[in-house]
Amino acid sequence: MRHHLFEWKEGFLISLTAIRANKARSLLTMLGIVIGICSVALMATAINGIDKAFVEGISSLGADNLHIDKYAWFSNEDFFLMRNRKNVTMDQFERFKKLAKLPLAVAPTILTVHKVLFGDNYVEGTLMTGTTDEYVRTTNFNFGRGRFFSPVESNGARNVAVLGSEVAAHLFEKQDPLAKTVKIDGIRFRVVGVLEKQGSTLLGNFNPDNQVYIPIGTVFKYFRRNRDSVTIVVRARSTEMINATKEEALGLMRRVRGLMYDEKDDFAINQQEGLTQNYNQVVGVIKLVGLFITGLSLLVGAIGIMNIMFVSVKERTREIGIRKAIGAKKRTIMGQFLTEAALICLIGGLVGLLLAIGLSMIINKFLPTSVQINTVILAITISLLTGIVSGLAPAWTAAKMNPVEALRYE
Amino acid sequence: MNIINLENITKIYQVGSEEVHALDGVSLKIDRNEYVAIMGPSGSGKSTLMNILGCLDTPTEGKYDLKGTDVSAMSDNALAEIRNREIGFVFQTFNLLPRATSFHNVELPLIYAGIGSTRRREMAEVALSSVGLKDRMLHKPNELSGGQRQRVSVARALVIGPSIILADEPTGNLDSKTGEDIMALFHEIYQQGNTIILVTHEEYIANHAKRVIRLLDGKVESDTQVANHTVPGREK
Repeated sequence: MRHHLFEWKEGFLISLTAIRANKARSLLTMLGIVIGICSVALMATAINGIDKAFVEGISSLGADNLHIDKYAWFSNEDFFLMRNRKNVTMDQFERFKKLAKLPLAVAPTILTVHKVLFGDNYVEGTLMTGTTDEYVRTTNFNFGRGRFFSPVESNGARNVAVLGSEVAAHLFEKQDPLAKTVKIDGIRFRVVGVLEKQGSTLLGNFNPDNQVYIPIGTVFKYFRRNRDSVTIVVRARSTEMINATKEEALGLMRRVRGLMYDEKDDFAINQQEGLTQNYNQVVGVIKLVGLFITGLSLLVGAIGIMNIMFVSVKERTREIGIRKAIGAKKRTIMGQFLTEAALICLIGGLVGLLLAIGLSMIINKFLPTSVQINTVILAITISLLTGIVSGLAPAWTAAKMNPVEALRYE
Repeated sequence: MNIINLENITKIYQVGSEEVHALDGVSLKIDRNEYVAIMGPSGSGKSTLMNILGCLDTPTEGKYDLKGTDVSAMSDNALAEIRNREIGFVFQTFNLLPRATSFHNVELPLIYAGIGSTRRREMAEVALSSVGLKDRMLHKPNELSGGQRQRVSVARALVIGPSIILADEPTGNLDSKTGEDIMALFHEIYQQGNTIILVTHEEYIANHAKRVIRLLDGKVESDTQVANHTVPGREK
């Protein structure tokens, strides 16, 4: 064992000397690995960031929420068949709410798109959720200013609005939005509350930050006359209760929609879980493809290492001959060149990693992310493995050299 | 006891479709503490014989006993071990590692033998002192003269205490004065009880040995004791 340690230490020192002796060449070779490892690490970091953003976004939807709609979020059913289903109406919502015992909160929602204006500032295409006061209990909203609209405002279909943080920032810049009047498609609304930033970029316009909330009655008053087509949001009391709540909702909705026992459900109870599954499926593929592509750049780096190691072995043929003559075994010579390749890759990998950490700070401005410890471990492992794998063939060439011929080599 | 016992050694090289008999039935015995010169014109097979004696190559046919062990059919790794422990090489072109210090060059066989660093240091220092280069330990080959380089390689050959010192034209790259110094060093080593095999084509170098084996066309042409061999320093 001690024996191996000397050999390894010796191999390590030889490698250092060899790398130093050919600085320019070693640096250029390393560059390939630097770029390869940097891109792999950045890719892994970006994937972590997207995952994190997704989880945050998802949790702002509420982990314990059910969304009852005629459309299923994820299903094999034909979209056009789902479209021909009867809408979920306000009447159904009201009957459902009356009958449901398990939920913590139940609220109808209706989504419309509007232009919101304050003074000279406006936001085009803002997603507006019309709902009841109970909706706030289905969310994890925190309020930067004010509050959600009250039962009185909700029932009375008042012209009050709660703004997402981005919308508020855009319209009011540095002013306090509270109690100011904004115009939604020309109709005046008083701002009663502004949400705190929810912080997910992934959901885009569905992100509460980019939305406006007004009483559902008000929506029907100004923007949509028929009381059809709402989505019922149901909050379970706890994660454990979610299945029971779903069962109850299923039975109640069938009753409310007057389905016979042999008829199929003509509505869907959607859950964030489905979203997660779907996300994992889609993003899983993107991750694989991304890592594969960045892996290619690493492969190019590895080929560079292999190439340079072959040159190095050729150049040091005589040295190999000398070492063999005075007693170096195949294993020893092999170890020497493998160590050299691994060392080049390791140094390149560490530099690449540092570069990736630096770059991720820039990326952080667009996608909240940072280099995770497992990315660091992954990058170091990959760079070592790359070195060993690409050094294998050259090292073997060196190890099996005939000492007589090697000594004769000029 | 014979340290080397060659029986009917044949080495055949395949050159294209032709077979070249580099060695053709060479048998010879060398005793402990002999000083032997192997001579012959180029193409006589002396390099091949040296490679086989040095366990750098294996014979096509025949048996080679080194210290009672048959090494003629050993694996590459086993031969590496034999070379490490039993054979000290001195080459015409020195064959030192150019980027390593004298000390490291001398230490190298000890590393391959798995000897610890404290012991290595002692042994390498002793070997370098014995060739008079203790003060050049941290010099690299390009900072040394030709004679000094050859001394370093002699120290490297001696350091592990091998059974035979195998010197291939050790003075070939040196001027005659320095060459004489190296021959004096060999004489000293021989007197300390080492076995030396000298491969050369120079008559006056061969005359330093006590026994001269002449090869011709892969066969032993003559094997004679030198009655009046040169003892360096005697005439000075």
